[in-house]
Amino acid sequence: MSSTNGTVVSGCLAPHPPHLLYAMNPPQNAPEASGSGAWKALLDGYDSLRESIANKEFDVIIIHTPHWKTVVGHHLLGVDSFKGLSVDPIFPNLFQYSYDLKIDVELSESIAAEAEARGLVTSMMRNPDFRVDYGTLTTCHLVKPEWDTPLVVISSSRPYFYYNNDVGDREMLALGEATLAAIQKSGKRALVLASNSLSHRHFTNEPDDPEDPSFESIYNANQAAWDKRWLSLITQGKGRQLIAEMPDFIEQATSECKDGSMTWLLATLGIPDYPGVVHGYGSIIGTGNAIVEWTPGGDK
Amino acid sequence: MSQQNVEGKVVGGFILQPMPQPLLAPNENAGWQSLRDAYSSVRADIERLNPDLIVIYSAKWASIIGHQMLSDPNPKWDIVDQDFHALGTMRYDFVMDVEFGEAWRDASKARGLTARCVDYYGFPIDTGTVVNLQLVNPENKFPSSVCSCNVYADRGETIVLGKSALDAVKQSGKRVVAIAITSLSSRMWSEWIDPKDDRIHSPKDDDWNRKLLDILAEGRLEDVSQLARMFSREANGDNRMKAIWWLASIMGQNNEYDGTVYDYQAVWGTGAALVGLIPNPGKAADLEYDEDDVERYKGDRGVLSGAK
Repeated sequence: MSSTNGTVVSGCLAPHPPHLLYAMNPPQNAPEASGSGAWKALLDGYDSLRESIANKEFDVIIIHTPHWKTVVGHHLLGVDSFKGLSVDPIFPNLFQYSYDLKIDVELSESIAAEAEARGLVTSMMRNPDFRVDYGTLTTCHLVKPEWDTPLVVISSSRPYFYYNNDVGDREMLALGEATLAAIQKSGKRALVLASNSLSHRHFTNEPDDPEDPSFESIYNANQAAWDKRWLSLITQGKGRQLIAEMPDFIEQATSECKDGSMTWLLATLGIPDYPGVVHGYGSIIGTGNAIVEWTPGGDK
Repeated sequence: MSQQNVEGKVVGGFILQPMPQPLLAPNENAGWQSLRDAYSSVRADIERLNPDLIVIYSAKWASIIGHQMLSDPNPKWDIVDQDFHALGTMRYDFVMDVEFGEAWRDASKARGLTARCVDYYGFPIDTGTVVNLQLVNPENKFPSSVCSCNVYADRGETIVLGKSALDAVKQSGKRVVAIAITSLSSRMWSEWIDPKDDRIHSPKDDDWNRKLLDILAEGRLEDVSQLARMFSREANGDNRMKAIWWLASIMGQNNEYDGTVYDYQAVWGTGAALVGLIPNPGKAADLEYDEDDVERYKGDRGVLSGAK
């Protein structure tokens, strides 16, 4: 295998609200959903994404997760496997998930080294007792519930919060470039996932049945308008404009892009100038969520 | 009202730092060791107060659906800090006062707040709570009740949460120690440092921390609560200093305390303090303040649509 023929097979925006996993009632998750149908558009969207990637071959899934929050740089899981129970500290009523997953430690270390070479602070997480965050678990289950592919899991560092959105974006662009370089050197085919919502203002109460469809809407019209603009840029293939407007989007729509995942994703894709396919869009407890897939070189 | 119809009361309040270094790696930095030593004094003073219950608000337990109260009677698990995983695993085995947690939830709802109890096997208790219960109540001599920090809450909602906690304390008939788990300035180093080189992230943060501690040493908790917004702006206050608002509220919103600053050190750039406040009625004048007081929370959904 050549040392420079690794590729990104697909890059996906794959948000992690635990509500979606809860609604699927998988055997790994203890709570039982009512099936009332609040999030059908997004569940259908994930069905569509799974159908799309079923036709693609990849060796590794690389995910950037907003729910492993680190201040001291960018951390990557560095233990071969993790097994345990993850309970969402925010929505524990929805997510009590038993997981058993494998890590591609070699590629994780390579990404960390590429990032260090670009001036970023990184750290390998070697503690086997570490509990894998629910963002990683939810997104990975929704994208590939078979759990048959090793993962690379990258934490969400805090440059957006400690400095500003522009600094954060610069760091995430560098991390995305580092990730792409490591993929290419590895010779592996990678599915790359950004596990974030778009607009990200939650309602702070919840109906008795969390899946009650009458409760759901985007938090306000401003948030919805920004999401609509974002989807328009995505479907027009305007990756550079997405990056240019990212700081404003984060600020104006309280976007979870502030956790860096989407900027990182766009960088791993070389900033796409081709359209992303929107598999689904909808609200979850007020937040705006889009399931999007970019395929470098088009569908194969 | 339980306990022979005696009204419960808060017999002491504490502000305790949340970082794991004093528990897991005190010997790596003289300041961390100093904090670890000072925790012994905090623990001794809490034991002298001999409360029936420790009530905690942790700025490090984030929630979205209102506020959450732990109601697992005996939560046991391992946690690993998200940043400082190399320092090791923290194993905990705590005793919670379920009855009080439920009463606090009900009192919160009665004041218009969204609140719920959480009792789920494997629920992840936050680092701040684990560190502090390990250090001040390691043998579970006193049962605890712990509440989350709502990420969207501001002062009004947090003051009401403190009042609901006090409602529940009075109703319980218990003698309570209240603990606010929070850093002062909360700016951490964002690169790896030699622990020996740790210091407060900036002289400005340090300056503001010391101003706050001077006031707390005089027992003027309500004055600090009134200053919290400014402090947060100027010194990167931890979660907008909501823990201070909550503590001031549960302790009665006044300055009538004897204050003790047990220690103040840098932990990875943050302002890490251990402070005690013992009620001393009549110590200070009852003054007027700039910040509004609020008794009941009226919610935020539909603000833009003008909902009533």
